[in-house]
Amino acid sequence: MSKIIENKGNKSTKSGFGEGLLIAGFNKNVVAIGADITASVGVNMFAERYPERFISLGIAEQNCVAVAAGLALCGKIPVFSTYGVFAALRAADQIRISVCYNNVHVIIGGAHAGISVGPDGATHQALEDIALMRTLPNMTVLSPCDATQTALAINAAVNSCNGPVYIRFGREAVPDFTNENQVFEIGKGQLLKEGNDVSIIATGHLVWEALQAAYLLENKGIGVRVINIHTIKPIDYEIIIKAAKETGAIVTAEEHQIIGGFGSAVAEVVVQNYPIPMEFVGMNDCFGESGKPEELMLKYGMTAHAIQEKVLMVLKRKQSDD
Amino acid sequence: MQYNDVNILRHIAFNIRKDIIVSLAEAGSGHLGGSLGLADVFTVLYFNTMKHNPKLPNWLERDKLILSIGHVAPVLYCTLANAGYFEVEELLSLRKLGSRLQGHPGRDHGLPGIELSAGSLGQGLSVAVGMALAAKMDKVNCRIYSVHGDGELQEGSIWEAAMSAAHYKLDNITAVVDRNYLQIDGKTSDVMELEPLIDKWKAFGWNVISCNGNNIKELVSAFDKAKDYKGKPSVIIAKTLMGKGVKSIENDYRWHGKAPSKDQSKDFIKELEVCNE
Repeated sequence: MSKIIENKGNKSTKSGFGEGLLIAGFNKNVVAIGADITASVGVNMFAERYPERFISLGIAEQNCVAVAAGLALCGKIPVFSTYGVFAALRAADQIRISVCYNNVHVIIGGAHAGISVGPDGATHQALEDIALMRTLPNMTVLSPCDATQTALAINAAVNSCNGPVYIRFGREAVPDFTNENQVFEIGKGQLLKEGNDVSIIATGHLVWEALQAAYLLENKGIGVRVINIHTIKPIDYEIIIKAAKETGAIVTAEEHQIIGGFGSAVAEVVVQNYPIPMEFVGMNDCFGESGKPEELMLKYGMTAHAIQEKVLMVLKRKQSDD
Repeated sequence: MQYNDVNILRHIAFNIRKDIIVSLAEAGSGHLGGSLGLADVFTVLYFNTMKHNPKLPNWLERDKLILSIGHVAPVLYCTLANAGYFEVEELLSLRKLGSRLQGHPGRDHGLPGIELSAGSLGQGLSVAVGMALAAKMDKVNCRIYSVHGDGELQEGSIWEAAMSAAHYKLDNITAVVDRNYLQIDGKTSDVMELEPLIDKWKAFGWNVISCNGNNIKELVSAFDKAKDYKGKPSVIIAKTLMGKGVKSIENDYRWHGKAPSKDQSKDFIKELEVCNE
């Protein structure tokens, strides 16, 4: 467990994606598609290294996605990365029909995930992409927690998948805290910290915050289990049901709308298998705004302290149930 | 089997039209008008122009047909059956539960010869661009054909795709526009004007060929010209009559999305036979 955690300083998950894609490029079938903003979504290094396998298609996300489907139907493994708002929402119909219904191996990178994009404001903060992508049949949804894990995720998407994959990552430099020798298996959650009073199940950037919340609570004598779910679909039933049974209360944390998002995915597992009190940390049905990333995380309640509050709430409900 | 004899091709088109009417009457729903209108285009593609082998539907160097307007699936199914991809009898399962012949083509149902699951308009040209790029990268000698409706060109994504095909000089693409001037709500010029259509494609960097899409000879020559053109993708604006072959419903937009009853289908086939004489 503790072997997974090894803080190496701050780094954006976007850089992890870019570095991972460069390694994934050893596979000659991998081609990258750019929609103009290649440097800000981690595709520029691949484009420089493998210009013959980089396809610039301009600011035309719908075309990018369906072109990727055509490439995949001919045996290529296309990786199309742009801001998550445009990848997942602008081209949603192309993802549904040309990619998912055809069940082709297309990898879509959703950059600028969450509110931590900061000053660009609401238009560029992807807060609905998990909800949309996880409803699509055949789609695998990845939401790695740091740069190291994002590099592993893109390589797993290339080498261990045959169908559509959506990978979500952010722009802000965040703690890069997982070990590069960790086992990254699609569909398998990671137990980061033991504890039997309550579980925090988190995804993406909020996994680090969840760990911090757990340490704060430990000082108050509360044993908190922390689980990282990097694969939102297919989700790890086993680790969630085990947490429900052994800790009796769960708080989920995501940088995304609460409605239909990661927390909902966990709740679907919990209510069908072992119903227990749950609380959700995430965006509460509203758009973001401009501001510094840390200011926004604080205002919209997606910090370690906010998670801690929700843990105390869920523990009250657990105790009143007893 | 490829044919150059116009009479043979006409006879194949007649059989395809007959199968379209019969299978739609059996299904009880579906798109008759456009399917009949495109029968000559599909006949020429599968029985004259395209390099393909019904016994080897996954052959790497085959020419590929992308049906961007999935709603005219019946013309594709009836052509594939007549070409030998599967038994003609299976056409009677169209649109029924468990059928390989989905209302709009679905690859996951296992029908041989289906290159793309499609039905949401405006996506097929992009997929064709992806396939054409892959063929160029891998130096695979094949052509990509895509079939579009004129109403479909109202989708903005078509023009994103058109721009990218010209940018990458994808001369291995032949797009066909089924120009019948009609869509579900009526005339294309009333719903949303498409003219000047030839100028639009030229401005987007395409080689444009215009022809009578219900004339076998003209179609054969148009596809040959497209194949020989280098440096630009080609588009064939094929002027067709919706409902072609059944006089009483020709050019009637109300037959865009309708199937004949079984009684009507007998009359329609009689009309088809008169037209074929």
